[in-house]
Amino acid sequence: MTDAASTHHVAEAGLAFADHLPALQVLLPLLGAPLCFLLRKEAIASAFTVAISFACLAISMTLLGQTMDGQIIVYEFGGWPRPFGIEYRIDITNALVLVVVSLVAAVVFAAGTGQARRAIPVGREYLFYSAALLCLTGLLGVTITGDVFNVFVFLEISSLSSYILIALGRERRALMAAFTYLVMGTIGATFLLIGIGLMYQMTGTLNMVDMAERLEAVSDTRTILVAVSFVVVGISTKLAVFPLHQWLPNAYSEAPPIVSAFLAATATKVAYYLLIRFSLGLFGAALVFEKIGVDALLMPLSVLAMFVGSIAAIYQTDFKRLLAYSSIAQVGYMTLGLSLASEAGVAAGLIHLFNHALMKGALFLVAACVTWRMGATKIAMMRGLGQRMPLTMAALVAAGLALVGVPGTAGFVSKWALVSAALEQDQLFLAFLIMGSSILAVVYIWRLVEVVYFAEPDGEIEKKEAPLRLLIPTWILAGMTIWFGLFSGFSVEVAEAAAKQLFLGLAGGA
Amino acid sequence: MIGDLASHFLTHWNYLGCITLMMIGLYIAISRGNLVKKIMGINIFQASVILLYVSMGKVAGGTAPILMEGRPEVVYSNPLPHVLMLTAIVVGVASTALGLALVVRIKEAYETVEEDEIVALDRAEDEKDFAALSREEAAEGGVG
Repeated sequence: MTDAASTHHVAEAGLAFADHLPALQVLLPLLGAPLCFLLRKEAIASAFTVAISFACLAISMTLLGQTMDGQIIVYEFGGWPRPFGIEYRIDITNALVLVVVSLVAAVVFAAGTGQARRAIPVGREYLFYSAALLCLTGLLGVTITGDVFNVFVFLEISSLSSYILIALGRERRALMAAFTYLVMGTIGATFLLIGIGLMYQMTGTLNMVDMAERLEAVSDTRTILVAVSFVVVGISTKLAVFPLHQWLPNAYSEAPPIVSAFLAATATKVAYYLLIRFSLGLFGAALVFEKIGVDALLMPLSVLAMFVGSIAAIYQTDFKRLLAYSSIAQVGYMTLGLSLASEAGVAAGLIHLFNHALMKGALFLVAACVTWRMGATKIAMMRGLGQRMPLTMAALVAAGLALVGVPGTAGFVSKWALVSAALEQDQLFLAFLIMGSSILAVVYIWRLVEVVYFAEPDGEIEKKEAPLRLLIPTWILAGMTIWFGLFSGFSVEVAEAAAKQLFLGLAGGA
Repeated sequence: MIGDLASHFLTHWNYLGCITLMMIGLYIAISRGNLVKKIMGINIFQASVILLYVSMGKVAGGTAPILMEGRPEVVYSNPLPHVLMLTAIVVGVASTALGLALVVRIKEAYETVEEDEIVALDRAEDEKDFAALSREEAAEGGVG
């Protein structure tokens, strides 16, 4: 009651600071990127980047708090109402994704300050921070905006900066990985642009709410059918849905580990949000699932991704590459949730989005610690690391168990939600497949644990942990995978509220 | 019937051109092994999208969208798709520049811009690593 009264008051005053939080969410990192470029000095630029990412985290937490009761925040740029102006539109779903992105950014950038120094020629570090902030801008922008063309522009901002970040990898293969990602990413984004164009052609608007209202009337036309396929394929390329995943293993394994940690935990998550937003919010479940049957295509592809990704992960000889293949499998779990086309399924997908961001962020930060100590992440090199870096390797076990889905970890919560969503539709076989692929995760995590704890280490055992500025962020994320496994109330509640709101449709929630 | 079809195609010639360019661009990007050609293919692909948007902004008989007062009968073209394409052109230029910059770095690192040669170089490196690894293991086995 008091809340509603105060927001009303703020709207009247017009200039209150809290009113501009949605704009600041994107503007802070956007303005920070060129400022970083001007700051030059590594120490100042890194402190500045970390400060901005923490400010973004604070803003996104506030926004999530404001939207939790189902209220939708609409921010009109320059005071121009839709359809003339661009508006930012925040409901529970994108507030959740904003929190995930800015949380991972804050933790990983804080860990990255020392890493950047090793990966980049001395004196050029400020460029790394500029690119990182631009990437954050793009990811937050894609998530927050309520304008479909804006989505494309922000998507390209985040993609272009992530190609730069990946190309910073130490080996020359990183260049080729970034190039392949650039080719596939640009084709994917252009597909999305074609889809958006066709949608605009039929509706005459770019605003998501207006578009959703007008799309219903024209959903029978061939133009919209073509638009759905372009949009779904375009976003799936960015999301690395099974047959479109080829860019991912190389990009994540060749990039500097800190960049892998950031991108693996955020980029695919934002793409998943986009897929949900376009399929449920814009086209509507009736068109996408009942008429076109995207779910019938997405479900087998998700199951294939779960198995192909996990089996490929078992055979990898490099820790980061193993994690990258496991990401493909985990994306499969998320898209499987969407393909169930039910509230419970989408909620499970969103829970997994949140949990997987924490687990993969933690695991790639462990990879960063290993790189710091050993210089590379070959699994053969990790022999006996359990004695050499006990705290780091304990984080590996914690996040690894979460990846498997052991009870008491975050991974269990999302797999439980996914299995119950499948059983709700009497898909017993599907529930069986989900558990089957989890067993494959046991195999590749066990391979790591075996090497780390039970293999004879080469040479003398010297106990030396990664520096604290790397170890603390790793444990923050690893600790959160346990925390949200034991106290899953928050993530489950938010995801269920978000799924409920999504099925009301964009206009229905307003 | 055939006349209908022909007139249908003739009145939509701009879309036909756009789809042709789209397919050419996509084909080049996928099929060519030369990295510079791949970038050029993507360029053509993006240009076709610009044509698609500009086509949808065209209104039959429409003129440039500059308001003429006292002439309510004048029909204007839709300026919005054109404006969107200005942004898309900027994005296209940025990705082309970044792609070509990466090609320069790849050329410096591998001394070639042919994808198959780069793959072969990487594979040779892998095999060397693998051979070293199995030699090591064999040596260990011998000792044990």
